[in-house]
Amino acid sequence: MDDLMLNQFLLLSAILFSAGVYGVLAKRNAVIVLMSIELILNAVNINLVAFGAHNGTIAGSVFALFVIAVAAAEVGVGLAIVLLIYRNRKSVDLDEVAQMKG
Amino acid sequence: MFGAAEAAAGAVEPGFLLENAYVVPLVMAASFALTLAIGKRLGKHASWIGIVSIGFCFLFAVGVNVQWYGYVHDSEHAAESHSEDSEESHGEDTEDHAEDEDEAHAEDGDEAHAEEGALVLPAAEGIGPMVDGESASARGPPTVAAVAEEGEGGEDGHAEYTIEPVTKSVTWWTNGTVEFEVGMLLDGMAVMMLFVVTLISLLVHVFSTDYVAGDRRYTHYFAFLSLFSAAMLGFVMSQNTLQLITLWELVGVCSFALIGHWWEEKPNSDAALKAFLTNRVGDVGLLVGMIILFFAAGQTFDIIEINTLANSGDITHTALLVASLCLLAAVMSKSGQFILHTWLPDAMAGPTPVSALIHAATMVVAGVYMVARMYGVFWNGLVIGGSSVNALAVVGGLTVLGGAGLAFVQSDIKKVLAYSTVSQLGYMVMALGVGAWTAALFHLFTHAFFKAGLFLGSGSVAHAVHSFDMKKDMGGMKQFMPKTFWTFVICTAALIGIFPFAGFWSKDEILAGASQLGGDGSYTAFLVVGSIGALMTAAYMTRCIYLTFFGEFRGGHHGEVSHGTEDHPVEEDHLAADSGHGDDLEAAHDPHADDHGLPHESGPRILVPLYILAGLAIVAGFANVPNSGALSWWPEDFALVFEHLFEPRGGYFPSLTEAGPTGAVFAHPKFDIVIALSSTLLGLLGIGLAYAWYFKGLGPHGITRRNRLAGVGHRILVNKYYFDHLYTGIIAGGVKGPVARATNWFNKHILDGVVDGVGKGAVVGGRFVYETIDQKVVDGAVNGSGYAAEGGGQVFRIMQTGKVQQYGAILFAATVVLAGVFIVVI
Amino acid sequence: MVAQNIFFYVIAAVMAFSAIRVVTVKNVVHAAMYLVLVLAGVAAQYVLLASEFLAATQVLVYIGAIVVLVLFGVMLTRAKLGEDVNLTNDYWYVGAFTGVILFVLLAVSLLDHFGDEPLDQANAETQIVGNTEQVSDAIFGTYVVPFEAVSVLLLAALVGAIVLARKD
Repeated sequence: MDDLMLNQFLLLSAILFSAGVYGVLAKRNAVIVLMSIELILNAVNINLVAFGAHNGTIAGSVFALFVIAVAAAEVGVGLAIVLLIYRNRKSVDLDEVAQMKG
Repeated sequence: MFGAAEAAAGAVEPGFLLENAYVVPLVMAASFALTLAIGKRLGKHASWIGIVSIGFCFLFAVGVNVQWYGYVHDSEHAAESHSEDSEESHGEDTEDHAEDEDEAHAEDGDEAHAEEGALVLPAAEGIGPMVDGESASARGPPTVAAVAEEGEGGEDGHAEYTIEPVTKSVTWWTNGTVEFEVGMLLDGMAVMMLFVVTLISLLVHVFSTDYVAGDRRYTHYFAFLSLFSAAMLGFVMSQNTLQLITLWELVGVCSFALIGHWWEEKPNSDAALKAFLTNRVGDVGLLVGMIILFFAAGQTFDIIEINTLANSGDITHTALLVASLCLLAAVMSKSGQFILHTWLPDAMAGPTPVSALIHAATMVVAGVYMVARMYGVFWNGLVIGGSSVNALAVVGGLTVLGGAGLAFVQSDIKKVLAYSTVSQLGYMVMALGVGAWTAALFHLFTHAFFKAGLFLGSGSVAHAVHSFDMKKDMGGMKQFMPKTFWTFVICTAALIGIFPFAGFWSKDEILAGASQLGGDGSYTAFLVVGSIGALMTAAYMTRCIYLTFFGEFRGGHHGEVSHGTEDHPVEEDHLAADSGHGDDLEAAHDPHADDHGLPHESGPRILVPLYILAGLAIVAGFANVPNSGALSWWPEDFALVFEHLFEPRGGYFPSLTEAGPTGAVFAHPKFDIVIALSSTLLGLLGIGLAYAWYFKGLGPHGITRRNRLAGVGHRILVNKYYFDHLYTGIIAGGVKGPVARATNWFNKHILDGVVDGVGKGAVVGGRFVYETIDQKVVDGAVNGSGYAAEGGGQVFRIMQTGKVQQYGAILFAATVVLAGVFIVVI
Repeated sequence: MVAQNIFFYVIAAVMAFSAIRVVTVKNVVHAAMYLVLVLAGVAAQYVLLASEFLAATQVLVYIGAIVVLVLFGVMLTRAKLGEDVNLTNDYWYVGAFTGVILFVLLAVSLLDHFGDEPLDQANAETQIVGNTEQVSDAIFGTYVVPFEAVSVLLLAALVGAIVLARKD
């Protein structure tokens, strides 16, 4: 127990990831769904950095940086869409966004 | 000889052009991109991008052919000098060959120049290029001369030498141990196709500049012509099956785009969809077959390797059989073989030059070409050359008769040609099925020229009368368009197989193959089929020529049927009503549709391609004159050039000497004067019968009203209309009237009828096949599956809440469960 | 090394708890606050993994920008600031099932595959020294093209967000 293990990071990331997946699938508030996506992305980032450290390469960190940048872009556009939905329907309840109903 | 020592060491150098032939499809792809990018800005001149590119590619292809000629010679040479050590006897031959080669080289170049000249000066008035074409014909045989065969051609006494295909490939990506490559594989047939495709494409490009002038999607049109050429050229030189599939699909996509070129009209976009979807059916077979081969051959996509393994018996027969049957499905859809042929006639909705390019000369032969390419697989999988009849030959034989029968009852000139194409493709597939590989490819070669000529000729006529309907809007065109008429007649003669036109030689070779190949003459049935097909071809083409070029001009009265023609003793009177749909479609696109009363001859950009194709329809047959049987006097140097040049030699192709795993030896048929004479006579008989019927008005016209048997035929004729509604009725309303009542109903609507003699038999057969099998079974199955899908959809739509999250939840839950199963099990 | 482990488990416990709270709490603003905790925890883990530059970026971008953005989103969509009504949809159990099974599967296969592998197995010395310097070398050397692509992506997202959210 005196050394950091790879698995502890991976398991932590698994918790974040699973929580994020649950949030994406089960929350009806669009903003919370966006937050859940952030959880998922962070879980991935932890994995990237952990594996980078594990293999002694810097690539993991670099990719994590890219993911952060993409996440920023995603949140920006995502929130814009949420705002648009809210403006049109006075609600951000995803259950009401059901135009694809057959 | 210096080369000999070097060659004996196994280093036969292909030329520069041969090694770099991969630029040809790339140039066309670049032309596509360029046309799309800047075509709009160039306006009318957008076509120049395509024409210059395809012109370059054509010259390149000619160069490749010339170099291939030298390469084949060197390969043979190398083999001979190699065997010199053991056999002294061939020592002298080598020098002769070298001289032959030089001569032929020079002359080959000449021919290329002659053609080039004719193309570069399209403005030259009619007669100029015609003379050019004729002189080429006089010069034809020697220019394509080849070195002598060892021993008698046609006997299996060829020296067993190999011609290494010229290959080049780069690794696209690697997945584990499997390398995915892109590359080119140039052997005889690829080189030959390179020439055919670039030539036809070039002529079609030139033709199109006049034909679609002023079209609203002019650039789009030329861009897709380029892309189509690129896809087809890439397809023929595919190095591996993956590339083959990809380009096969790309060819399909281009045909979709071009058939639906005038998509504003519903029938056109429907036809495009039908072509695409029908092809998809067969493509499933292609995918499955190629996947089977991939694993059976030890995870390789390499075509040569797969064929080699198939020939050496390293792939089990079962795998080969299943694979070749799957691939056969692909051939049936792409090459319009029977039961999946229905898309091909509909595809005539596209512009006529496209029909010439796609549906006569290149795309539809992709299926045939694929069989030829994977011949090791088919040869061993279907036991071609064995003693039993195989699926490939049966499909081909059915198609020959089915297509020819259907061609009788069409009133649209392009549909006649379309069904004729179906029938001719049947010949090719049948030839491949009986083991006459060379005959099939040779027929492909000649057919490309004369069928493209026919299509372009019909386009020329249609351009003048703004319609494709032979019965309503044509007739008597001979006086208006004599030049088109003569080219059309020449191409028709080639199609019918009149000596000495191109079709005679190739069709005869197929028939000879059907009669002589096969374990114990078991393919004789296909000789009968082929002969009957020849008879029918002659008859329906005569009918087509009669309706188009002779009689009175019936056009110039858009929309109404002239009463002058109704006295004429021809079958079309009562058909005029039902032939109404589909015409005037193309005419509507023509910007100057109404500016002249009588049709007139087309301009040089339309005529010059016709001259060239007609010239080739005359001379192309001499590329493979057999020097056996009654023709053994034919000089050896000029005999079987095609076979000599383009037939693959090597482990990836069935061997001429050693029996493969199936116990069959690949063989060449000999010239048989009896077959040649009888097929020609049958052709002449067909012409004569049709002549008597249409030109002279002989025979019991109107018999369908008097004779019960003929009445049946007539009823089936009219049934087309009926069946279309019947199916709509059944499917939409579940209404199905008893056959007897339907019969009554039709009898009331009979106006006149003509079915007798050859015509009657063919029409009855054709209609029956068309109505019952084609319209009822095939279309019924297609429609049925559609409605089954809709019914299922109605049930399942309840599940569609429209909530993306719910879909996601179910998707992820299922994935997780599957992943769990995966982890637990493994 | 023991100190690192203690830090790790303390932070990990906070993160796991907060992550679960993010998706279970009934108030959107609270969820955002828990998210801040998780993101800060992630930054701390980066420090433990010797990626201090990444940790700084995490704090700046996520906590400084993204969470603020999310809070603005919450505000602009006028979520009630008190106890919110049911935030879960009708088929949350499918999501819960998926999440739980997913975690179990991941845990099982991770433990099975990596077992007790130490974090810095091969070359512990290479990764500690000058991490920020290495990152910049990598970004502006090997990965300069993806870096530029990402900058374009950000620009596109910027424009896209403005176009979408603009009132007219």
